[in-house]
Amino acid sequence: MHRMRRWSVRNARWLKKLYHGIENALTLCHPLFERVGYQRLDKSFLAIEKVTKGLLIDSQSCGQCIVGFTGLSCPMNCPKTMRNGPCGGVRADGKCEVKPEMDCVWVMAWEGNQQLGEKEYPIQFVQPALNNQLIGTSAWLREVRNRKAVDNEI
Amino acid sequence: MKFDDEPLVPGENLPVRPGHDSPGRLERVLRAGAFVVTAEIAPPDSADPEEVYARAALFDGYVDAINATDGSGAHCHMSSVGMCSLLTRRGYAMVMQVSARDRNRIAIQGDVLGASAMGVSSILCLTGDSVGVGDHPEAKPVFDLDCMSMLNMVRDMRDKEHFLSGRKITSPPRVFLGAAANPFGPPLDYRPLRLAKKVAAGAQFVQTQYCFDIEIFRNYMSVIRDMGIHEKVFMLVGVGPLASAKSAEWIRSNVPGVHIPDHIIRRLAGADNQKDEGVNVCVDMTQQIKEIEGVHGVHIMAFKQEHRVAEIVTRSGVLAGRELWRPGIARDVDPATH
Ligand code: SF4
Repeated sequence: MHRMRRWSVRNARWLKKLYHGIENALTLCHPLFERVGYQRLDKSFLAIEKVTKGLLIDSQSCGQCIVGFTGLSCPMNCPKTMRNGPCGGVRADGKCEVKPEMDCVWVMAWEGNQQLGEKEYPIQFVQPALNNQLIGTSAWLREVRNRKAVDNEI
Repeated sequence: MKFDDEPLVPGENLPVRPGHDSPGRLERVLRAGAFVVTAEIAPPDSADPEEVYARAALFDGYVDAINATDGSGAHCHMSSVGMCSLLTRRGYAMVMQVSARDRNRIAIQGDVLGASAMGVSSILCLTGDSVGVGDHPEAKPVFDLDCMSMLNMVRDMRDKEHFLSGRKITSPPRVFLGAAANPFGPPLDYRPLRLAKKVAAGAQFVQTQYCFDIEIFRNYMSVIRDMGIHEKVFMLVGVGPLASAKSAEWIRSNVPGVHIPDHIIRRLAGADNQKDEGVNVCVDMTQQIKEIEGVHGVHIMAFKQEHRVAEIVTRSGVLAGRELWRPGIARDVDPATH
């Protein structure tokens, strides 16, 4: 699994584009989702996300995905569940303080950020504290609903 | 440093000056442009307040503020809230460390209000070591927040006067906000950006991990200066005496985030009195750090050698003749100008 994580980070640039593409496509389906009901769809979407994102990035389904900011390194694999960058304990070889057999999630996130080739590093965005109520829900559907909510406000 | 509006009653804070966020001595002294000295106090494994007072007294007249650690190294000791509560009453300027490891957002916000009410004027937000390195590895790690979201939260409590939930705070905590930084941990090229992010999240001062590798630190500071971060945050650099070559070896392989280069260990190993040599290394390091542009002070972590802090401060000459606050100093202030 670690190998897959590393592959995803190395391919962060086009994977991030693909990820956004999926979100865009899903946003187009909003009227349909609304008719069926978001709540009813959540379980199925979560299952799809678990398979795809689970395989590619070891996603932990926190329901508030920020891998677009982390160069495709899922921060929920950090034993301290840090969502804003590496702790001070990263080992000299870049391995995790808590799990020495694993590459530090945030060392990978920094590599991934450098792969993105964007003007500003998205890792620099200060992420809010995790909402524990959203754990185990579909992040994609949430994103779609958030976008629509913003559209409606404008 | 004595100020002309020094309170006569110990435990009372200084008035908050315009442009300041806290009534604390640490912010005052830093904004006044002095080269500041802070030190870490060892919390006792006991419920006896006299032990706390005795440990603080070791620093009287040598440090501007004292850090009370919060279960550092994931070991259980007297709490930082408790230490601060005792010491602020005697007028000490405290930096209360808050670790995200043991408490969730509800507990932390409550502690921030309580601490501020007791006169704590500086708070240092930390993520914390993992429970695995401590004496209770079977404990549940909380990590509800990380240092960044904690900084943001406490800044909003102070400046926007509300809890994380949005609920109103009637009298906000007047605190000067700090963070830790480790310029020596991988990925090295990301570390200056990480500091920039902490400043964006609300950090006004930082205290760094032990600096034993001056070359890495000089490189780090040159990037910090290029980015202009040293003008937005006060940088206090971590120093401390190593007890021996053997203990240095142990620290670098067992304490997360501490980097000690080989030449330091060789220097200790070659000395007749390794303990004294550890202090010499610390004095040298302090003097070299003081010369680096953009550094505003040192933070002395003299683990189990707190009694040598005064010597390190005196010998390194960092105070440059500046007289520091100590208990009872207010009595020397001329009441006519008060
Ligand atoms: S070393 Fe990296 S992965 Fe491990 S706890 Fe620290 S930030 Fe998280």
